[in-house]
Amino acid sequence: MIRLDQRSITYLWYPIVAGVLASLPMFLNAYWVDVLNSVGLYAILGISLNLIVGHAGLFNLGHAAFYAVGAYTAAILNTKFQIPVMWLMPLCAIAAGSFALLIARPIIHLRGDYLCIVTIGVGEIVRIALINNIFGITGGANGIFGIGRPSVFGFVIRKPHEFFYLIWIFLAFTIFVFRRLEHSRFGRALNYLREDDVAAEGSGINVSHYKLAAFVVGAAWAGMAGNIFAAKMTTISPESFSFWESVLVFTLIILGGSGNNAGVLLGAFLIVGLPELFRDFANARMLVFGAAMVLMMIFRKGGILPAPQRKYKLAGVTGGQGEGRG
Amino acid sequence: MEEFFQQLTNGLAVGGIYALIALGYTMVYGVLKLINFAHGDLFTMGAYLGFTLLTALNLAGRFGPAPGVVILLLMVMGFIALVGALLERVAYRPLRQAPRLSAVVSALGASIFLQNAVMLIYGARSQVYPQNILPMVGVNVFGVYIPLVRILIVGLSLVMMAGLYLFIQKTRIGTAIRAAAIDQGAARLMGIDVDRVILLVFLLGPALGGTAGVMVGLLYGQVNFTMGWVYGLKAFTAAILGGIGNIPGAMVGGILLGVIEAMGAAYISIAWKDAIAFCVLILILIARPTGLLGERVAEKL
Amino acid sequence: MSLLSVQRLSKHFGGLVAVSNVSFNVEEGSVVGLIGPNGAGKTTIFNLITGIYPANSGTITFDGKSIQGLATHRIVAMGVARTYQTIRLFQNLPVLENILAGYHCRMKTGVLGAMLRTRRQRREEQRALAETIQVLEFVGLHDHGEQLAGNLSYGNQRLLEIGRALASHPRLLVLDEPAGGMNEQETTALIGLIRRLSDRGITTLLIEHDMSLVMRVCEQIIVLEYGCKIAEGTPEEIKKDPKVVEAYLGTEDEL
Repeated sequence: MIRLDQRSITYLWYPIVAGVLASLPMFLNAYWVDVLNSVGLYAILGISLNLIVGHAGLFNLGHAAFYAVGAYTAAILNTKFQIPVMWLMPLCAIAAGSFALLIARPIIHLRGDYLCIVTIGVGEIVRIALINNIFGITGGANGIFGIGRPSVFGFVIRKPHEFFYLIWIFLAFTIFVFRRLEHSRFGRALNYLREDDVAAEGSGINVSHYKLAAFVVGAAWAGMAGNIFAAKMTTISPESFSFWESVLVFTLIILGGSGNNAGVLLGAFLIVGLPELFRDFANARMLVFGAAMVLMMIFRKGGILPAPQRKYKLAGVTGGQGEGRG
Repeated sequence: MEEFFQQLTNGLAVGGIYALIALGYTMVYGVLKLINFAHGDLFTMGAYLGFTLLTALNLAGRFGPAPGVVILLLMVMGFIALVGALLERVAYRPLRQAPRLSAVVSALGASIFLQNAVMLIYGARSQVYPQNILPMVGVNVFGVYIPLVRILIVGLSLVMMAGLYLFIQKTRIGTAIRAAAIDQGAARLMGIDVDRVILLVFLLGPALGGTAGVMVGLLYGQVNFTMGWVYGLKAFTAAILGGIGNIPGAMVGGILLGVIEAMGAAYISIAWKDAIAFCVLILILIARPTGLLGERVAEKL
Repeated sequence: MSLLSVQRLSKHFGGLVAVSNVSFNVEEGSVVGLIGPNGAGKTTIFNLITGIYPANSGTITFDGKSIQGLATHRIVAMGVARTYQTIRLFQNLPVLENILAGYHCRMKTGVLGAMLRTRRQRREEQRALAETIQVLEFVGLHDHGEQLAGNLSYGNQRLLEIGRALASHPRLLVLDEPAGGMNEQETTALIGLIRRLSDRGITTLLIEHDMSLVMRVCEQIIVLEYGCKIAEGTPEEIKKDPKVVEAYLGTEDEL
């Protein structure tokens, strides 16, 4: 007889949800599958930004810049040197991560709201640089076209429902990896510096290092998302990486639940899905989101699904007297 | 030489506008320690409102150019001031005790809300200000032809800045504002009604910002709903440049930024004009966070 | 050689002189008290020792090595841990994680180890948890492990802060008014805790205003006034020192 305790029920959810998601492309037409692709990409971006904003408490409103670095790296290297897009994934991560290291290093000690403004400035500088065809390789306002399709073991991914699996499997992988990060010494360090960076430093945590690390890891992941985006669109231009993109990703975290992957996923569905479901809503959607942000801060700071506490297995540990909870 | 003067006066005009917007940021920051993201959108509202009033009421036609503009400015100032007060009441007051970053998010949300409200009301296209309100004449200074509009704008911003400065320095309420900016708790203990001070700041700042909006419309002839974003960020840069929380600093910072930008656009490159402001911002925050005249420190211990 | 040696330390903030030419040594294994009226410069000295800001002149030597100019987290790794005058716990995190924060510098796993969840990482986490439980038991908070730090009573929060400092395996514990806000019972428990720490070989340097605690638990007392050291000695000597009595201790009844 199977015992259905709390833990088993939680684990039961994963395959159910995964099963439902995996079967969706069979029921929906290409348009809606593409909507889900958007949701997936925004969720990946959201989780990467969540590390910086939700866990480390650093307000980054220029995340689109990292997304852009990844996308353009893939686009340029693929169109100029014919390197397959999938192979460029690690390079995109490194490019975006290095860029983050470069710009975050001089500004990392700035206080919250100032850091916020500077990240906005950085995002804008990147966008302007892209439009002005910096180094002559970004294609200016028209961007870059003719980006190759990704191929996995010889299978070329072209149609929306093929991209669905690529994106959502990558998303699952992202959640898996980030969950591990968040439940580790690294994740705890980010939370400590979010709560009180003076006390964190005083406890022996190298606060500057961890703030930088949060930026670099978050950026690297956004860079990889950029790679997938470039391959999916085959054409990228600076307007996909505007301040409003950064705001969208930021908003979905704040609304859905900062510091919580399930919340980020929910946020992605709301931000992308709702305007699609209600066409009239689409015009006023930013209006609604703006108001929602204000209301959320007043009534429910953590978002719709606030971050749950980490659980520790205390029973069976030497000297342990606490209750065991999974 | 002529080119230089053109750019200089151009920079002064734009700088005056930046200064007026910057004053709004700096006053709010001084008293609440909050960056009012929505301030740029109040500026945009002022611009659009000015457009509506000018065309709908035909102020210039009815009262003549000079009085028409004055009445327009007064109306815009009054209305935007009210919107500013409402904004404070709805989005910021409930978060007075909350962690500062909650207020920042709320400010961002308010900004998004206001910007899209303007877009929904007026549509996404730019609107063109009636061009023939002020006489299309210019003045000849040292052999350089300078449009009257530009001179008026510079003059008007200087007058308003001087007025605000005197108000802050010489009146009792102005002193109350300065006191609350230095230490809100102590000000309260001295019997200063801090809520009223905050209300006043949210009336004055937005009023100036709205005026700046009308000025942009008069100077450039057109307004669009994203201008709040660009002008807002630059004005914020100006406020930081002069020292956030410091009122004379915002004035100096605004004019300085306007001139730097005009010179940069003329002599370096016009495409990178906007990036210049952001670079200035980042450099200041890294190198000299207190700004040119300011006392507030950007870094924490 | 003393564990901690402060020589001719000075610090001023603009025109305000906070610490002026202060020198003292702290021997390993001892319990030393730093007392003085408010504004005497005690917390400033703590901040100088723990690297919050640099001194204007003088030297600070820990275990024979100069710790001037080192970042705070490095000083912690070297073996100096502190608590704060106004409690600085991670209020929204559970007690367990507050303690784990102290243990952070004794762990090594980074981003890669966390992502891959290697066996070494898992073992390290297990060890960290075991250490945390031990610390909790030592300070008497083992029933509160999963509670949020902010929900603890004030006295327990002070104990938790000490626990967090202990988790970093310090050789020198720097406590800033550990008994602040504690009642008689809690203070006695604190004295017991400090004595047990001393038995384990941990050196303690503390700032306190509660004279009964200082007199009962300190072997050596340093007295500051207006940034200068005005006396140093055993509790008995300090009690009798006329300079101290005049500056700070007031009448005999308070001792």
